[in-house]
Amino acid sequence: MTDSAAQNFDQGPVNFRTSVIRLDRPGDPSVFDEQTVAEAQAIIARYPEGQARSALLPMLHLVQSVQGSVTVDGIAFCSEHTGITKAEVAAVVTFYTMYKRTPTGEYLVSVCTNTLCGMLGGDEIFAALAEELNIGNNETTGDGKITIERAECLAACDYAPVVTVNYEFFDNQTVGSARSLVSELKNGTHPQPSRGGALCSFKQIERQIAGFFDEQTLAQDAISGGTPTEVGVKLAVERGESAPGYPVQSAGSPQASRPTEGGK
Amino acid sequence: MPLAPVLTKRFGTDQPWKIENYERLDGYAGLKKALGMQPDEIIAMVKESNLRGRGGAGFPTGMKWSFVAEPRGVERGDRYVVVNADEGEPGTCRDLPLMMADPHSMVEGIIIACYAIRASRAFVYIRGEAVHAIRRVSAAVEQARAKGYLGTNVLGSGFDCEITVHAGAGAYICGEETALLDSLEGRRGQPRLKPPFPATNGLYDKPTTVNNVGTLASVPYIVLGGAEWFKGIGSEGSPGTSIYSLSGRVKNPGQYEAPMGTTLRELLELAGGMSRGKELKFWTPGGSSTPMLTAEHLDLPLDFDSVAAAGSLNGTSAVMIFDEDDCVVRATKKWSDFYKHESCGKCTPCREGTYWYVGIYERFENGTATLDDVETLLDLSDNILGRAFCALGDGATGPVTSSIKYFRDEYVRHVEGHGCPYPGAHVLAGAH
Repeated sequence: MTDSAAQNFDQGPVNFRTSVIRLDRPGDPSVFDEQTVAEAQAIIARYPEGQARSALLPMLHLVQSVQGSVTVDGIAFCSEHTGITKAEVAAVVTFYTMYKRTPTGEYLVSVCTNTLCGMLGGDEIFAALAEELNIGNNETTGDGKITIERAECLAACDYAPVVTVNYEFFDNQTVGSARSLVSELKNGTHPQPSRGGALCSFKQIERQIAGFFDEQTLAQDAISGGTPTEVGVKLAVERGESAPGYPVQSAGSPQASRPTEGGK
Repeated sequence: MPLAPVLTKRFGTDQPWKIENYERLDGYAGLKKALGMQPDEIIAMVKESNLRGRGGAGFPTGMKWSFVAEPRGVERGDRYVVVNADEGEPGTCRDLPLMMADPHSMVEGIIIACYAIRASRAFVYIRGEAVHAIRRVSAAVEQARAKGYLGTNVLGSGFDCEITVHAGAGAYICGEETALLDSLEGRRGQPRLKPPFPATNGLYDKPTTVNNVGTLASVPYIVLGGAEWFKGIGSEGSPGTSIYSLSGRVKNPGQYEAPMGTTLRELLELAGGMSRGKELKFWTPGGSSTPMLTAEHLDLPLDFDSVAAAGSLNGTSAVMIFDEDDCVVRATKKWSDFYKHESCGKCTPCREGTYWYVGIYERFENGTATLDDVETLLDLSDNILGRAFCALGDGATGPVTSSIKYFRDEYVRHVEGHGCPYPGAHVLAGAH
């Protein structure tokens, strides 16, 4: 941990809601460059006039995309641009799990260990990765590459058990597949997520979450999902079942768009 | 009951998230028809269809809209549509696939809702971890704007509409509508005291309707097919289809859209049966907050009223399925861990109650629980249910009380055997 802000954290396990941000240094908003300032202004412009505070959540993702965690500098920056106090910003930071208050690795590996994923193998996967990387929950490898965390439900139970890397999904994992996923990350190769975009760094994905996309990161040609997403609709075609058609006088018909094989 | 894809009908077709493909399959036809109607006619149609909110509570959508549309003195710009896309209750996995595969159906529904309630601004609050859905909805909004479905003077109608996509930052409580509004205003996501309700004092203290993704995505179809068509599907009190999200010990997990009122027996048949040849033991009809059911409920019609009559809730139709080798105490412990982690801390019954739940469940896991602990769990649940500030606390009691109701003997086995009798217990030892 070279970041001075990180040293402000209590030792021991980080509890996201009780750990303290000590604002014993004022924080320096000027460490963020002109582009970040322009982007902060662009976020504010998404909301109605006079509602700059609404920009706070995406703006915290933005400062995290620059520094890899939310530091006192990031807090000062958000305070300056939204016009609320640093204490108010800090109160928001400590409420949400995605704001990291210790430097996060280049890859944040989240293993869902909630009931469904956990019982279908997520617990074993987390244990295997923790052992392999020799780190615990919310800890980062010595080289700063990989952070692992237990995730609460990632809303992908039909693909259980799931692991995300920088929030990109790797579906239907096993201990073996998760181990090889992590070795690829260690070796610097970028495995392709099961759906969504190409894998990027933690800082880069935070910039996307702040709402800054380009044609490439919008990943319009990436598939929307695998078998579980389409299983019902494909079965309906197989069985010749459909919803009742619209009354004749209405435009269009639900049958007008039977799913076709092969298309994604 | 047969499968009846409406909301999912474009899944598996050629890139339906791209606007030209969406348009080819009836896309934005509902909006065009709606713009030829009076806003009040649309609200009346949605009321007549008896569309009920798909986010879990099942509140009639048309009625919700009419509350917001009421204060006629309010300027068009001073009302808001807010979309609750903060999907994240254990078991729920329906809104994200919908936004991934067919984001335009939701966008079209949002625009129609804005027109109907006389708003010109909508916000889509998507959980921050769902970056795949954030990018897809963001792209859909841009495409819709480029085609004139959004922006000033939508399709020459004189009606203006803007949609802002907003990312959360990891907090299940933000799925509670007033916590969501606080979060959208840049605050800690803690629920507000109700009344006043969002319909009169919502986002920025203005009249606001908060609707779920699936609710809004249903709207274009209702506009196209009419209220009678919609009521012709599903059961009497719960018309339309439901996307049943099957997960867990089933052969083919995934999204099965069928009329409201389909039974688990029918769904299991569709999904190829149980995955490892074991017997069904317990399942949730609509996410972890909905009290669990057992094999005796295989023929229960899964709709709002029937499930409520059986002592549970239809919720989000997230059907999690567990078999005889799954430990119900462990499952409930993990759900309790979730509620403890996600309790916002605002009210004592939920904050302290979920904390005590986890402490007691750890004793069942490590073999130090006593029979009194079962009673303590029930007593604790009594002190949370109905006394918490919002539904999160009530939801936390669902798995606890229902698991004791149906599987008290299993708690006793944990006490008498000094720990978990099921395989896999070793993995959890020392895990937390």
